[in-house]
Amino acid sequence: MSNITSPSPEAMRARAVLLGRSRWGVAEIIFWILAVACYWLFPTKLSLLSEIAILGLVALSVDLVLGYAGIVTLGQGAFFGIGAYAAGLAAKFGMGTSLWSDPVIGLFIGGGVAAVIGFATSFLVLRGSDMTRLMVTLGVALIVDEVVNQMKWLTGGSDGLQGVLPSAVLGIWEFDLFGRVAFVYSLVVLFVLFVIARALVKSPFGLSLQAIKGNMLRTRAIGMPVNARLVAVYTVAAFYAGVAGALAAQTTQFASPDYVAFHRSADAMLMLVFGGAGHLYGGLLGSIIFRTMQDVLGNITPQYWQFWLGVTLVALVLFVRGGILGLLDNMLAAWRRKGGAS
Amino acid sequence: MFRRQILKSIGVAGLALATGVSAACAQEVVKVGLILPMTGPSASTGRQIEAGARLWMAQNGSTVAGKKIELIIKDDTGAADQSKRLATELVVNDKVAFLGGFGLTPLALSVGPVATQAKVPAVIMAAGTSTIVASSPYFVRTSFTLPQNTAPMAQWSAANGIKTVVTLVSDYGPGLDSEKAFKAEFEAKGGKVLESLRAPLMNPEFAAFLQKAKDLKPDALFLFVPSGQGASLMKQVGERELAKSGIKIIGTGDVTDDDQLNGMGDALIGMITSHNYSAAHDSPENKAYVAAFLKANNNMRPNFMSVGGFDGMAAIYKALEKTKGDTDGTKLVEAMKGLAWVSPRGPMSIDPATRDVTQNVYVREVKKVDGQLYNVEFATIANVKGSN
Repeated sequence: MSNITSPSPEAMRARAVLLGRSRWGVAEIIFWILAVACYWLFPTKLSLLSEIAILGLVALSVDLVLGYAGIVTLGQGAFFGIGAYAAGLAAKFGMGTSLWSDPVIGLFIGGGVAAVIGFATSFLVLRGSDMTRLMVTLGVALIVDEVVNQMKWLTGGSDGLQGVLPSAVLGIWEFDLFGRVAFVYSLVVLFVLFVIARALVKSPFGLSLQAIKGNMLRTRAIGMPVNARLVAVYTVAAFYAGVAGALAAQTTQFASPDYVAFHRSADAMLMLVFGGAGHLYGGLLGSIIFRTMQDVLGNITPQYWQFWLGVTLVALVLFVRGGILGLLDNMLAAWRRKGGAS
Repeated sequence: MFRRQILKSIGVAGLALATGVSAACAQEVVKVGLILPMTGPSASTGRQIEAGARLWMAQNGSTVAGKKIELIIKDDTGAADQSKRLATELVVNDKVAFLGGFGLTPLALSVGPVATQAKVPAVIMAAGTSTIVASSPYFVRTSFTLPQNTAPMAQWSAANGIKTVVTLVSDYGPGLDSEKAFKAEFEAKGGKVLESLRAPLMNPEFAAFLQKAKDLKPDALFLFVPSGQGASLMKQVGERELAKSGIKIIGTGDVTDDDQLNGMGDALIGMITSHNYSAAHDSPENKAYVAAFLKANNNMRPNFMSVGGFDGMAAIYKALEKTKGDTDGTKLVEAMKGLAWVSPRGPMSIDPATRDVTQNVYVREVKKVDGQLYNVEFATIANVKGSN
């Protein structure tokens, strides 16, 4: 029974390498412990923290398509907005009582609708080079923006969707003014989705995506179904962004066209580049630093904070390659080399 | 034994003193949190309101009813989720006694539930959709509403030989309010609105709408765009030469915003608008206000947003005086109801029934005064209610 399918030593080695890659590192565990500790460390900043968790989730979705599959996208904001409006409408018409307004179901509604639209538009993304993709994703985002603006009877147009009243999370935890429930809820959702994304990118599927990013022609030549893989990852990323949007609509209790606006997509990409693309943690780190800086600078100088944020970004791009995680990687490698020499 | 007694009493006294002092400190400062768009497309609104609010404090001192007023300015970039988050933080962390500001209608609406839940008065210093104040019992308005400012324009048009009008407004709450109010009032007076055009709020391109208006050949074209967009709209109105083809350009004063008016060019001379405030308003209060404002702000001319901030602070001060420094939110809102005072804009009051602003609305013409463009008021409609 065993000797027929007994794996070759090469396969065993490959398996060991793959499993080793997916083991949780100490730094990772510390990161998540710190994230949980924020609840007690910064009890007055919980709404900002839940916003950071939500932005981190968007950046994570950009990382899946850009950092792993190499699809340059400026359209993730559209899926974020679609998720926000879908979940917002579900909560609104559920009136805080029926099953529709349950936040967890709202997450699936938001993510689901975004995933369907992501799947439908993914075929456009398969065409052409980076530049064409950039334009296609941007185009889709602009269309969604205008649809939201024009469907006033449903979305409230420029005035935004009012009266979004999600019921208590799982029927137990009511959203409170201090943002406690919002933070815990957002963090749990982020963690669950992160673990799934982590498993995904460390799986053979994830490896094949990195191969596509590395050299699409060659990957095709070894028999990889490149298009199917790209469609799959684009759809998953759309789901992630949709869930993030749903979280945003539920925790802020409304949605506005600002949620689908271009700057959402640009910010998400910025955060990812800031933190380092292709690391999963890059987006999370980027969103933490980006929003914290915005908050701190905004308190110091409400008029000119954008200037200082811009200066920092330019400096980062000039002096640090591969974002903050790239910098850490380089430092770690240098330290190891030194350690090996001595 | 005796020594221990003394030590004990000293300890108790010290403790009492400490708690007493800290209680007194906690009560002496009353924080006012203004949430304004300080960056982004509505940044001018934020700057004007902040300057207005600061001017009130400079002129009236920072102490009222024995309490020190502390102003906190937060930038919401014109995004409603930020307004809401900042409002929550101001209430929860800074323990503000008042919220204020709110540059656009959606921004104000998003804060409503926070004000209601926290029982903190929120003073609307800009946003102009009539329905906002009804959405929370803690909203009080010191700016204006679009129906309030629009109806007098329709009355003036009907009385001055204008029979047909095309309206062009920004497609959002205040714009639709304005469109509706104009049509209702104008058609009740026997006029006819040929077509109601709506341009998108964000990144508007007016050319197609203006061409359509021109083709319809109305007697007048009525315009509303929010503060800050007037210049680009009027530039395109000038390029299309609507005035030359015999169409009179009318609108609310948002279009001929004092902040930008001078830069819009002489093509605007003769344009008729109706509004609650003009920097050229002829009163001693306003002359003093404009002079002080120009001096404090590097010659930036005050516009209607600035008086919203100025009078918003006035309402806050007067409410605190009435409650003798009590910062209970419900009492403060009660105290604001029915307040009346003379503002740089003229007499104004807070309607006790609606918590909305009641004020004079003026019909004005763009004229050149001392080489500068101003909205010169020539007719007054007294005590117009903000909402019913």
